Amino acid sequence: MAQVDVPDVPEMAGAPAPLLQVRGLTAEFTSRGQQVPAVNGIDFEVRAGESVGFVGESGSGKSVTARCVMRLEPEGSSISVGGSVRFDGRELLTLSEPAMRDVRGKRIAMVFQDPMTSLNPVLTVGAQVDDMLRRHTSLSRAAARRRTVELLDLVGIHEPGRRADDYPHQFSGGMRQRVLIAIAVSCEPDLLIADEPTTALDVTVQAQILRLLVRLREELGMALMLITHDFGVIAGMVDRVYVMYHGDIVESGPVQDILTSPRDAYTRSLIDAVPRLTATGRGR
Amino acid sequence: MSDPSTIAEPTAVAPAAPGVPRRRRRGSGGRGLVITGAVMLVVMLLVVALGPLIAPYPAAQTSPESLAGPSAAHWLGTDSIGRDVLSRMIIGGRSTLLITVVAVALALLAGLVLGLLAGYLGGVVDQVIMRVLDVLFAFPAFLLAIAVVAALGPTIPNLILTIAVVYTPRLARVVRGPVLSVKRWDHVEAARSVGVGEFTLVRRHVLPMVISPILVETSLTLSRTIFTVTALSFLGLGPPPPDPNWGGELSSSRQFMELAPMNVIAPAAAIVFATLTFIVLANGLREMLDVTGRR
Repeated sequence: MAQVDVPDVPEMAGAPAPLLQVRGLTAEFTSRGQQVPAVNGIDFEVRAGESVGFVGESGSGKSVTARCVMRLEPEGSSISVGGSVRFDGRELLTLSEPAMRDVRGKRIAMVFQDPMTSLNPVLTVGAQVDDMLRRHTSLSRAAARRRTVELLDLVGIHEPGRRADDYPHQFSGGMRQRVLIAIAVSCEPDLLIADEPTTALDVTVQAQILRLLVRLREELGMALMLITHDFGVIAGMVDRVYVMYHGDIVESGPVQDILTSPRDAYTRSLIDAVPRLTATGRGR
Repeated sequence: MSDPSTIAEPTAVAPAAPGVPRRRRRGSGGRGLVITGAVMLVVMLLVVALGPLIAPYPAAQTSPESLAGPSAAHWLGTDSIGRDVLSRMIIGGRSTLLITVVAVALALLAGLVLGLLAGYLGGVVDQVIMRVLDVLFAFPAFLLAIAVVAALGPTIPNLILTIAVVYTPRLARVVRGPVLSVKRWDHVEAARSVGVGEFTLVRRHVLPMVISPILVETSLTLSRTIFTVTALSFLGLGPPPPDPNWGGELSSSRQFMELAPMNVIAPAAAIVFATLTFIVLANGLREMLDVTGRR
């Protein structure tokens, strides 16, 4: 893992240092002796409490970027990561694995794409929230249980006390995503990475989950990194957007500017790709 | 269910992988078989455990009537030097079952550790462990057992060790296979993403998913081991006489087969019963444990 020596960017007077500062991040897969670049030296930052969108088609490197930040190397592939990922003043890429485990979940948490498979089918959902609390906090058994029920309530699960003892197969997809969000926010992380959190859900449930994420971000004061391929999802959700294409950030800026006057042709085509109910000539 | 035009990333979940939760009718078959097998097992273990307490005669006690047929005094008759066949069956089961159960427990332990290490860590560790086990696996289990016991000498600890070694590769493979796919399941990565350590990941998020094929294979291995132990004893590589055991009884009484058929039938029936117990249990478990994720 080569670490590029990045001089600290001089901070502007008054502006706090970004919570997450990524400089020159590269990721390369090695496949049968060939180097396949996935991320080509991107720079971005997320400030505390800020909500940032990453948009791009599949294969554009946005999920790999998120995994690099979490240091979750995809299983069964060899990936080499370079550059610098500074989180709250610490370099994550060179952090030891035990120290990284304390960052995961407690400081940075992640919500995945497919709620149907992201929960352990043989443990009750309560036990899974509980595991998380007991891993990262010193709550007693009873206190952890109370907090579990609180968290399930917070993410909008009815009768949380009873539902905590149910197994994942007794929940619908949207409810499972709520449970996963409860797990992710259980230790009140500073940064929540949501990797296509609504892609596997149907449209009405998508809207509920997005509203939930917005509400939790405000209530808990987390920063949010929302990864999606759908400009429709981020329109009302984020402050700033990074548009990724083939492992590069091709455009970035406040979401309104990008939506109304995209400079890059690729960004424009992504925005146009959002289906509109009124459009007759255009569509998928 | 989900919009077909959304980008469906290929998930690592193979639909046919063992332990994949899927809907099935409730109370599916297998429960009856498991209960039957469990009852047979309990009866067998009770009889063997109580051994000397319920056996009508001491195993080595001789009597003037040799090769007698079944009678009120000797339910299964007597052998060539007048020992009670029933008593020798009851007491002889002890060494046979002891060797079997301890050996399989050891093989299971080794198989679990090796299979989990190989499957979960992958890479070089996997290659080294599986290649070494492949070498063992290449020998027919029984042949290997004969060779090792013949070399080390037929004592009970040697038999246990040999049989454990011989059956470890099979169990390790059964563990490794599903671990390879389960470790890539989303819930394992999701757990890792919230800071769960690797040991806990394996114990709590991988092992429970792969437990059903392991249970079934363990039960099958038990039935195979009964067979191996008795066959070794039959060939004179079992626990040394005069202590009785099923394979040894079968071997020594076969020359009087025509005079006293019960002398052969009794140990053969005992072996069949024990083997059948574990096979019934294995088949029942296989059907019943098809589902994970539900109690």
